[in-house]
Amino acid sequence: MNAVLSARNLRKCYGDQVVVDGLNLSIQRGECFGLLGPNGAGKTTTLRLLLGLIAPDAGELQLLDHVVPGDARAARLHVGVVPQMDNLDPDFTVAENLLVYGRYFGMSDAEIEARLPDLLEFANLAHKRDAKVPTLSGGMKRRLTLARALVNDPEVIFLDEPTTGLDPQARHLIWQRLRELTARGKTLLLTTHFMDEAERLCHRLAVMDNGRIITIGSPRELIEQNIEPQVVEVFGEQVASWARDYAAQHAQRFEVSGETAFCYVQDAQPLLRELQQHPHLRYLHRPANLEDVFLKLTGREMRE
Amino acid sequence: MKTNLFALPQFSLRFIPIWRRNFLVWKKMAGPSILGHLADPVIYMLGLGYGLGGMLPEVGGLSYIAFLSAGTVCYSTMNSASFEALYSGFARMHEQRTWDAILNTPITLDDIVFSEIVWAGSKSLLSGVAVLLVIWLMGLSHSPLSLWIIPLSLLVGLCFASLGLIVTALAPGYDFFMYYFTLVITPMVLLCGVFFPVDQLPASLQHVSSILPLTHAINLARPLLNNVIPANFMTHIAVLLGYVLAGFYISLVLFRRRLSQ
Repeated sequence: MNAVLSARNLRKCYGDQVVVDGLNLSIQRGECFGLLGPNGAGKTTTLRLLLGLIAPDAGELQLLDHVVPGDARAARLHVGVVPQMDNLDPDFTVAENLLVYGRYFGMSDAEIEARLPDLLEFANLAHKRDAKVPTLSGGMKRRLTLARALVNDPEVIFLDEPTTGLDPQARHLIWQRLRELTARGKTLLLTTHFMDEAERLCHRLAVMDNGRIITIGSPRELIEQNIEPQVVEVFGEQVASWARDYAAQHAQRFEVSGETAFCYVQDAQPLLRELQQHPHLRYLHRPANLEDVFLKLTGREMRE
Repeated sequence: MKTNLFALPQFSLRFIPIWRRNFLVWKKMAGPSILGHLADPVIYMLGLGYGLGGMLPEVGGLSYIAFLSAGTVCYSTMNSASFEALYSGFARMHEQRTWDAILNTPITLDDIVFSEIVWAGSKSLLSGVAVLLVIWLMGLSHSPLSLWIIPLSLLVGLCFASLGLIVTALAPGYDFFMYYFTLVITPMVLLCGVFFPVDQLPASLQHVSSILPLTHAINLARPLLNNVIPANFMTHIAVLLGYVLAGFYISLVLFRRRLSQ
């Protein structure tokens, strides 16, 4: 059995609200696993349960062969965490942040010092070694947080929305680093809102909603199993009436959202020919992606 | 399976790296911090001691400034620990999310709360030593027993750190601390014999005074500075220790509840 993490029937309530509702999950060594879900789906609570920071109301959980939360301290010795919200020490320099954090794992100063050059290199922060945290850009802070999560050379790394709020350059650099970690055999568990991020990085994904996992599989499997392969997005003012009259004939499934009709089809040609007759409508023909799956499974309504 | 909020604290040595973290932050601002520890009590003792003391022949068998010096030691150590546990503790828990970062390591909340108390106690120790130096330099005490002020400062610091953390655990924001200072700390200063002997108070207030921790601290400090072994010193130490233990446990339960949400 090579599972780094296994959860059975995890359940967590806050008052009357069931936040995690019978969660089953098994993550293999070396895997990059993504947890997707709208706001309030229970992703962050799930991470907190898996780390042993809160106790479940029911269920069983093992992380790196340690029972959690009972033996969570021993498990966390080999885990790194990149939290959603920045919690670097603002009074310290880049190097001091890593030094102080390493001590929390019981590492000696000499051990941490020896790892510093590699960590700074990995985070592209070698030139910022003595810079204070408030002077760093958002991307640099994220990279420092990632380096900090690696200070104890963890086997498993939890990342809660690692690229939220970053510009595209900064995101691409984080993605590249996460792929390097997977290549080194680290196990990654990340939550994200970005479907392209999940599709690029993750070997397997779970879509969560209302505290439950609704589907689980590789990005390709999720698309193949849950949705028609082709999508035609049609835009225009009278799109709703057009969709009622024509999309129903040519598409397996369609949804109208505002002034856009999303038509899901096995074969797009009949629909595209039909669209030639309606020059006032613009359209985009593309292969189905993870976002289509996500929206199909969790709906289009706002979650607030 | 549910977390037991009321479980007894589990101690481990993992609080030490947190103490070192706080020390590293403090070291960067050591100058102003030490100046504050020295300037405040000197101003009080000079201003009130000579100003008010000039009008009073003696208080409790001492010159007023010598009487005041014992109150000042306790008052300063109480303040250092209280400010550290309330404002700085709240910043670490809530604003900077330092606690969240630490909790992702093998450190538990029990270690963190313990480290907060020991750290605030350490600040009080420093403050107590600073005031003691001033007292010696001003020639207000020549007592060898005055060296006991050093461990007493730590004990008073641990006591007010524990009590302060209860407030921090309940605080929605910094403004909340005003209640504690106005309703608890200020009355304590006036009721516990910092500026005048407790026996000047009406009997009912003397009863209140007798259960407050600052009274017990001053009942130890004043004889020590006067080279007398304090009467009932075991009782005073026991009361202060009781406040430390009760405050630690209550604040830990409250922090567990707050952070398990």
